[in-house]
Parts: sequence; structure tokens; C-alpha cells
Amino acid sequence: MSIEKVWVLAEAADGAPISTVLELVTKAASMAATVEAITWGAGGQSGAAVLGDYGAKVVYEVGDIGDALPGAPVSAALAALIESGNRPDVLLVPATYDGRDIAGRLSARLDLPVITNVVDLEVSGDEVRSKHGIFGGAQIATARFTGERPWIFVVRAKSFAAQSSGGAPAEVQAVQVPALGATNAARVLSRHAEERTGPKLDEADVVVSGGRGLGSAEGYAMVEELAKLLNGAPGASRAIVDAGWVPYSHQVGQTGKTVKPTVYIACGISGATQHLVGMKGSKNIIAINKDQDAPIFSVADLGVVGDVHKVLPKLIEALKARS
Amino acid sequence: MDMNVVVCVKQIPDPTAPQALDPATGTLVRDGKLILDDSDAYGVEMGLQLAEQSGGGEVTLVSMAPNAETSGLRTALAMGAAKAILVSDPLLAGSDALSTAKVLAKAIARANPDLVIAATESTDGYTGTTPVQVAELLGMPSVTFAKKVTVQGPAVHVERQTEAGFDEVECPLPAVVTVTAGVVEPRYPSFKGIMAAKSKPVDQLSIADLGLTAGEVGAGGARQQVVDVSAADERKAGEVVVDEGDAHERVVAFLEQLKIV
Repeated sequence: MSIEKVWVLAEAADGAPISTVLELVTKAASMAATVEAITWGAGGQSGAAVLGDYGAKVVYEVGDIGDALPGAPVSAALAALIESGNRPDVLLVPATYDGRDIAGRLSARLDLPVITNVVDLEVSGDEVRSKHGIFGGAQIATARFTGERPWIFVVRAKSFAAQSSGGAPAEVQAVQVPALGATNAARVLSRHAEERTGPKLDEADVVVSGGRGLGSAEGYAMVEELAKLLNGAPGASRAIVDAGWVPYSHQVGQTGKTVKPTVYIACGISGATQHLVGMKGSKNIIAINKDQDAPIFSVADLGVVGDVHKVLPKLIEALKARS
Repeated sequence: MDMNVVVCVKQIPDPTAPQALDPATGTLVRDGKLILDDSDAYGVEMGLQLAEQSGGGEVTLVSMAPNAETSGLRTALAMGAAKAILVSDPLLAGSDALSTAKVLAKAIARANPDLVIAATESTDGYTGTTPVQVAELLGMPSVTFAKKVTVQGPAVHVERQTEAGFDEVECPLPAVVTVTAGVVEPRYPSFKGIMAAKSKPVDQLSIADLGLTAGEVGAGGARQQVVDVSAADERKAGEVVVDEGDAHERVVAFLEQLKIV
């Protein structure tokens, strides 16, 4: 049975589909003749034009979910649609906080497995094979589903390039959320946006990340300042997120974000495999670390063996002098 | 209210040791000594604090493994958990995330918890869907990516990480909450704790004890497989300079060359 219909879970932010969704819709259009998307919240009507532009024909709009978390209501609406006989061959889900919640609940509801951390997909006859970086990206595992469809893949950001195809706006069809009991009982009381002056971490052209070598939470200020000077985003190794110096949203690596900027500057990061998998796809890598044997130097285009407390202040000063 | 907390924990091969996939099954080799996943120490600490604050609750660990390994569980028991349920059965080898969730959900239901805590993902498999699958199977609400957790009356209040910042979420109990690293500072087991852990109960169950069959879990129940593992393209190391007070100039020159500055 060939791959005919692919759905994309079209998460939105600020009323527009997030960049990973456009990457997935582009990929879906290369996999199957029919591409359809699922939206919720404010992402539906406003998203139909841009989702259509990238190749989606239909948008299933779950609509307003109020102050609920998306996991339970969106997965229930999707499950109802699938159980009504509208079955895609493949469902692509962006690897985001809400995407993982929706995929997990949908998987349990439909009793179908889910494959996560996908970095590439290829259609091979009647099969879809997914690629995964393992052991810090040193090896690539290829996986496939062996059972019933839809096959649910949760895909990491930046796995594909988004490409507009000039398609007409997608047709919007409303879908209903069935009655839910306790599973939908969580309520968002308030939303807090942290101040972010620069670009988003996984969309930035320059990422400056800090690690344990910064010595303390205060040392991270240098990373933030350098990122700001380069119009980049500050990132972090797992070690300093675990230490509570910076929030989880800054984490680059296997259990955090994947970034592929033009330049990645690793400051005081040794380069554990956990970290390398999230950044070794960067076009250029600069590493500053005092341990010359640190694994980060094996992937760096420019390695500086030196103390971040000496190199960074001078670098910041030099860049300030130019601006 | 006495809060009884279940914390899901995973015993994993030491991530700092070399790892490999079994060439025959494509699953992670887990035959060496297993340790408590670092990510789970935060959940254990969170559970202990919430149980302590409630006055009389306790923490029950729930874990599964294809063998009867308990060394990782003893670490969490030494931190202060009261007891553990270990679903241990050779038939569990090769389980996918959904099968894992089915096993954990059945085991968790036995403990009748007010709150279930898990890490956002494990360090070795990092699928990141198991806790939410457990919540769906148990018919419970869930709040993932918690960076702060408090219990207020019959509800849990969570600061949930988002792309933009965080959401303040209220969720009635019982519920499943996944915690990020850094949510709390895990305590080190005391000598007394380590000694006490040796005699704490670890209830070992087979899948048959949970009413599950070989077709539902393990390799027999998995509906996904690894078909190939190959080496990734190697990235080559570039130039390395030793800082003698002027290395920042090399960095600036490199950025200039890329037209970043």
C-alpha cells in the first residue's frame, strides 16, 4: 500500500504556523499526493493560507481550546477523525512541548506506537524509513513501523528545508473535540513570556552557548552579551541547565534543541555526546575551552584552547569597539 | 492530606561508558551494571519534598527492566523513597515506548497514587512520550515540562516550560507531572539512607502478574524496528589555537570571513 495521505500537526505561535511545521508540510508534499494539516487555537483560519502555500490542501481546525493544555483535546479530536474513517498513512508531528504531548496521548488512544527524534524520512516503496542520530550523532539508526497505519513520527526542528510551492489556501474543515473527562482537567491560569530581545534559539543565525567552564550562573552573562552583540541566541549545555543556571528552554543537545546556525560558538563546553548531537549540524563551529583534549575540538572549525574568562571579555570588547 | 507519590524511574547503562546497539535486535545493549538515570533524581527529590510537605505521605518508585537489576532503585530508595515496584520480566526486552507505558500504567495503578512524577525523557532512549501515554492509559490529566511544582489543596500547581517562557497551570489530582532537570536540587543519599535502602521493600512483578501477555509488550509487542545502523558523516576538526592573550582576534577574523561581523 503506497503512501497517499500525510497529515501534519500544525502547531502555531502568535497566530502563524511555527517554522518546523512548514518544514514538515514541505516534506509531506514530497512524500504523498495529499497533504492535510491539523490546527488548534488561533492557528486555523490565519494558517490556512500559509499552510496551503507550502502544500497542504485541507486544514482540520480544532478551534479554540480555551485555557486547556492542547495534549488531551487535540489528540482526542484527531483520534475521533481517524476513527471516523479518515485515516492518513503518516502523521508528522513537530518535536515541541505540545507536539510531544499530543503524539503521546494520540498513540495511547489509538493503540498505535510512535517514533520520536526523527531527523530524516524517506519513502521506500510502501514503507517510510526514519533516521535518528544516536550516540551523540556518531551513528545514524534507520527505523520503520511494522504495524497498522497511521504511522506517527515526531520530527526534530531543522530536519528539512521549508519551501513554498505557491499552493492555494487550504480548505478549512472544522473538527470537534469529543467530551473528555479527567484527562482534560488541567487549566492554564496565566501565560508568561520571558523577555527575549534576539532571535529564537532554533532559528538564530548565530548561537552562543555556555557550559560548565563558565564556572557559575553569573558567568553566563558573558554568553548572553556575546549573543546579543552578534544578533544571536544564547544556548546552554545540559550540565548548566541541570545545575539550574539557565532554564531548560536554552538547552542544546539530545534532550534539548537541535540547532543548525551559520555559526555556533561553544564557550566552556567540553562536548559530551549529549551536546554534540544537538549542534554538530551547524555550518561553522567555534569552540573555546581550556582543556585541549575536550571532545568539542574534534568538531570545531576554529578551536581556542584558553580560559573563557579571559577570551570572552576581550572578544566582547573587540566586537563592541567595532559597532 | 497525605500525598502518596509514585515516581517513575529508569535504570540505564552508565551514559559515560561506551554504548552499543545489539546488531541482532537493534535495541540498546543493557547487560552491564545499570544506574539510576540522572534525569530521574529530580523527580525523586520532587516527590520526596511534596510527600514530606503533606505531612504523612510517601514515595513509591515504579520501574521496569528485562532483568532483576535493582542497583539504580537502591540509589533512589537511599534518597528516601519508601518502597519500589519493579516489573521485571525477560519478555520485556525490546519494548517500545507504548508497551513500556502499558506496563508502567498497570504497575502505577496498584500504588493508587495522588500524583505521578516522571522525567521529561530518559537519558538513554529519550523518546519523551512515555509519561503522557501513561497518563492517557490511566485516564489522568498531565502537565509536562514542569520547572516548578507545588501542591495546593486537591490540585497541583505547575510552572510549565513553553517556547515563550512558562505557563502557570493548575491541575486537579490525581495527575501525571513530568519534571525538567533543575526543578529541585536532588539530595545525596546519606550513609543512614544507604543502609536503610538495603532493607526497603522492592516488589518484583512479572508481566503475567499485571495481566499482560507477551504479545502486548517487549519485542513481541513492538510494532517498530531498527533496520540499520551506520556511521554518520564525520565532521573534521579544524584549526586549533592556544590562547596567548590574542585568540579573540582569531575569532573576530573568523566571524569577519563569514560576514557575521
